This record gives sequence, C-alpha cells and structure tokens, in this order.
Amino acid sequence: MTATTTAPGSADTAAVRRAIADTARPARPGRLATALTFGWRGMLKVKHVPEQLLDVTVTPVMFLLLFTYLFGGAIAGSTSAYLDYTLPGLLVMSVLFTTVYSGVSLNTDLTKGVVDRFRSLPIWRPAPLLGSLLGDSVRYVVAGTVIIVVGVALGYRPDGGVGGAVAALALVVVFSFGLSWVFSVLGLLLRSPNAVMNAGFMGIFPLTFLSNVFVDPATLPGPLQAFVDVNPISVLATASRSLMAGTPDGTAIAVSLAVAAALAAVFLPVTTRLYRSR
Amino acid sequence: MTAQPALAIEAVGLEKSFGDTRAVAGVDLAVPAGAIYGVLGPNGAGKTTTIRMLATLIAPDAGSARVLGHDVVTESDAVRGLVSLTGQLASVDEELTGRENLVLVGRLLGHRRAAARARADELLEAFGIADAAGRLVKHYSGGMRRRLDIAASLVVTPQLVFLDEPTTGLDPRSRNQVWEIARALAAAGTTILLCTQYLEEADQLADGIAVIDRGRVIAEGTPGQLKASVGTGSLHVRLLDPGRRAEAARVLGAAVGTVVLEPDPAALSAACADAERAAVGVGELGRAGLGVAGFSLDQPSLDEVFLALTGHAAEQHPSGTLEA
Repeated sequence: MTATTTAPGSADTAAVRRAIADTARPARPGRLATALTFGWRGMLKVKHVPEQLLDVTVTPVMFLLLFTYLFGGAIAGSTSAYLDYTLPGLLVMSVLFTTVYSGVSLNTDLTKGVVDRFRSLPIWRPAPLLGSLLGDSVRYVVAGTVIIVVGVALGYRPDGGVGGAVAALALVVVFSFGLSWVFSVLGLLLRSPNAVMNAGFMGIFPLTFLSNVFVDPATLPGPLQAFVDVNPISVLATASRSLMAGTPDGTAIAVSLAVAAALAAVFLPVTTRLYRSR
Repeated sequence: MTAQPALAIEAVGLEKSFGDTRAVAGVDLAVPAGAIYGVLGPNGAGKTTTIRMLATLIAPDAGSARVLGHDVVTESDAVRGLVSLTGQLASVDEELTGRENLVLVGRLLGHRRAAARARADELLEAFGIADAAGRLVKHYSGGMRRRLDIAASLVVTPQLVFLDEPTTGLDPRSRNQVWEIARALAAAGTTILLCTQYLEEADQLADGIAVIDRGRVIAEGTPGQLKASVGTGSLHVRLLDPGRRAEAARVLGAAVGTVVLEPDPAALSAACADAERAAVGVGELGRAGLGVAGFSLDQPSLDEVFLALTGHAAEQHPSGTLEA
C-alpha cells in the first residue's frame, strides 16, 4: 500500500511508519526527575482548571468571614481579638481540607485508565504518587496564602511578621504531606471520587471542629476538653499560632512534625502497595 | 537489529481470580515475534485480565509468562521497558491536552524537554491530531482519543504493543484508521497482541488467533485453520439456464456434496470442504454441458466458528451494517 491518507483529522500511515522507524531509546530518567515530571502534570491540571483552587479556598474564606463577624464578638469580645486567635487555626483548616482533594484526584485517575499507562511504563513505581503530591503542595500553598492574605485584609497583623506567617504556612504544608497519604489510601480503597470526598470530609470536618481552631478549649466539658487537647489538629493549630505570634512553641512544632512523619510512615507504604496491586 | 527470541510471548497455565470469580483459568499462549496475534472472545472471557498479566499490571496467581524473553513477574521492569499498552479505557489523561499527554510520556521515558516536544509533534502530525494538539483530551472524539492513546504507546517505539479492544465504540472510519495503524506497526516488525471481541477485526488483522472463553483458550490457529476446523463452506453456482437446475444438482451432488437449491431459480449451492473439490465440481458442470454464469466459494465466517466452538454466539461489531 502506498496510498496515504492526508485528509485533516486522519492518521497518515506513511508518517506513522516513519515515526516508528526511529527505534532509539533515551536513557531512563532518575527517580527525582520522574517524580518532578508527575509534579509538572499536577501543575498543568491546576493551569487548565483553576476553578479547582476556588473549591478549596472558598470554604475556609467563608468560615473566616462567618466566624469572625458572626461569632467573633461573642466568643472573644471583639472581632479583631477573635481574628488574632482563629486565623492561624483557619490556616490549618484550609490547608488540611485541601489534602482531601489529593485522595479525590488519585481516585479520579484510577477511574480514568490513565493509571494503566503509568503502571505500564518503565518508571520508578512510587513516582506518580510522590509527583502528584508535589503538584498538590502548590494547592496547599495557595489555600494557605489566600487565608493569610484575606486575614491581613481584615486587619490581622501577626506579631511574628512575614517570617512567622511563612513559617506557620510551611509547617502546615509539611503536616499536610503526611496527612495526605491517609486520603490517598481512601482514594485507592473507595469506589468513586465522591465517596472519597464524603468519607474524607466526614473525618476531617469533626476533627477540625473538635480542636482549638475556633474556641479556647478551657470552656469545654472535661472529656471533650481531654479529646481536644490530644487532637493533633489542636497541636498543629497551637504550633501555627505560636509561629505567627513570633513565640515558637517547640513542643507543639515537634509533635506536629512527629505526627506527620508517623502518618507518612504508616500510610505511604500502604498507598504504594495498594497502587501497585489495583 | 537486536536479536529477538522466536516467541514474543510465551505463557503457560496463567491463572487469575478476583474473589470467587476465576477470570483466567489456565491460559497458554505462544505468540511468534513480529506477528499480529488475536485473542478473541466475548466480554468477560478473560482477555483483559490476560493482557494485564502479560503487561505486568497484575501478577498471575499461578502459571508463568515470558514476554520478549523476560519473566513478567521477576523481570517486570525489563518487560515494561520493551512493551506498550493501550488499555480498554483509553490510557490517556483527559485533563491534559493531546500534546501534553505525549510530552508527559516522552519525559517519563527519558526524553529531554526539546526531544519530547519534537517527538510529540511528529506523532500528533502522523496521527492526524495536530489541529487538536492544544485542546484538552476530554473534548476529543472517541476516534481521536484512541489515536492519541496509540500514539502515546509509540513515543518510544516498543518491540511489542498490547492493543486491548482498540476499536470498541469507534465509528467505521475511525476503526479503519486504527486497523491501518496496526498494520503499519506490524509491517515495521512490531509484535501486536490484539484483544478483541469482534470476529471481523481478528479476521482482518491477525496472523494467528487464540479463541478464549470463560478464562480458557478453546481453540488456536490461523483464521483459515479455525474456519476449516468447523468444517464446510459452500460452493455457490449460478447457471445460464435455470431450466437445467435439477440436472446440475445431480452433477454437483455426486462430485461435491449435499446440494441446496437457492431462492434464485438459476442458483444452487453445495457443501464443500475445500477449493480443489469446488474446482472439480465446476469442471464437472462444464463437462455435462451445463453453462455456468458464475460461481463462488464461501468459507464459514468466524461467527460460525465461534458458535461451533463455544455453543453460544459472539457479539457483533456495532458497525456490522458496514458492507465489507
């Protein structure tokens, strides 16, 4: 056959033959390069659908406005005093909520068949997972930055200054790396992206409210207060608050990092194994 | 040319269960290098599971397989380095553009940025998707998506390509394009394992076919052998003079086989095992002075093969109305 199809929107068999005649194989890329390529894929998705950032920032901003102006005066005496208390906590909340979307997007991948492509390539096996996490970290930073910026616009002035705010954001993002593996496991176990979203928020929502993000636990009944005090989200909020205030609480920071490391240590291997066998 | 083993795929006793379901219950395959080999069977026969084991996506419960000389379990990475898979769901990223998909695969395989882009553009052009290169894949038609999927499998030319139901859901024009691409690949020496539920597709493309049903290979051979194994086709004859049909029926009955008179008063057919006997039959008609307006020899269709082998019918291609 020598005839070739040249109509627009058709395959050109002769050109296909030329293309496959080139059998050179490039050298395999390193592990880091592979993970970074997957990170690039994550960025492209944000670029194509920037609305997904809206999803993860609108809710916390809504809470910020709602709590500050509706409850702020009643809880802390004045809206500005409450903003000082709750903003570092809302930073925690907004970024942690975003981690649920890591599981959702992993699940979406699995329902689409693109994972078959990745798994059939000769690449370092955890690279897709680590890479999408790199991409997700951009979302974490955006979600956190939006909260801080809106807070500052409403009159919040952290005593720790820009450095304190950046340190708090960095701590929260690092914690989210650890937590996101929990949602990755959910993303691999559950049937649909919606199920992951529901299960994820069913967990993270009460945990966030049963913490010191919104109220000082001193007024809570004993057993509840005990729970709030050991809730890692409280510890993280305390650490974030201390960094923003310019008086870093070493213990809270260390505990936060330890919890993140423990979550990663348990759930990362589970994620990798599930990803391989699914 | 790198030395290739004579068999591109060699599978023995492959088994895989999901819960209580035995998806694959002992599949043996021997696929010669450079061939298009069809794995033919209805939905749920175990084709996709077999392909996923051979492409190292899942590990077999029992049995073993070597792909291009490498064990799919112990040397899975080496296998992945030589093969490409186009899955049943098109294995492309819907949320990226066509070009980004190909650049992504190129980068993952080790191309530098510029080389990955150049290769992507070359393939987009060859596969007729250059105009849509900057559009998100979720807006692509089924045919474009399929072509992009195959292009993604060729970013680095593989030695073996798994095509899992490559034309399911495609219109006839797109289907023909996919077939053209498959033929071009085979002509270039790439081995293709083609899973299909369409008999016509296997008949059109495959050099050898394994018929698979309920997780087992139930027949194997060339399309011709499979057809021959379920017995007879038929010799159709059309006479110049309809008035002499009874005479012709006696001649063909004696020389060829059981005769059936067709609705056309000038036509009749005889069960016929092979072409030589058919030629004898036509010769006898001439010797008896019976003028023949035309004749043809039908082989049984693969549909009939499938029915004979499995006792149940296979599915028709949705574009079955397309005249061959």
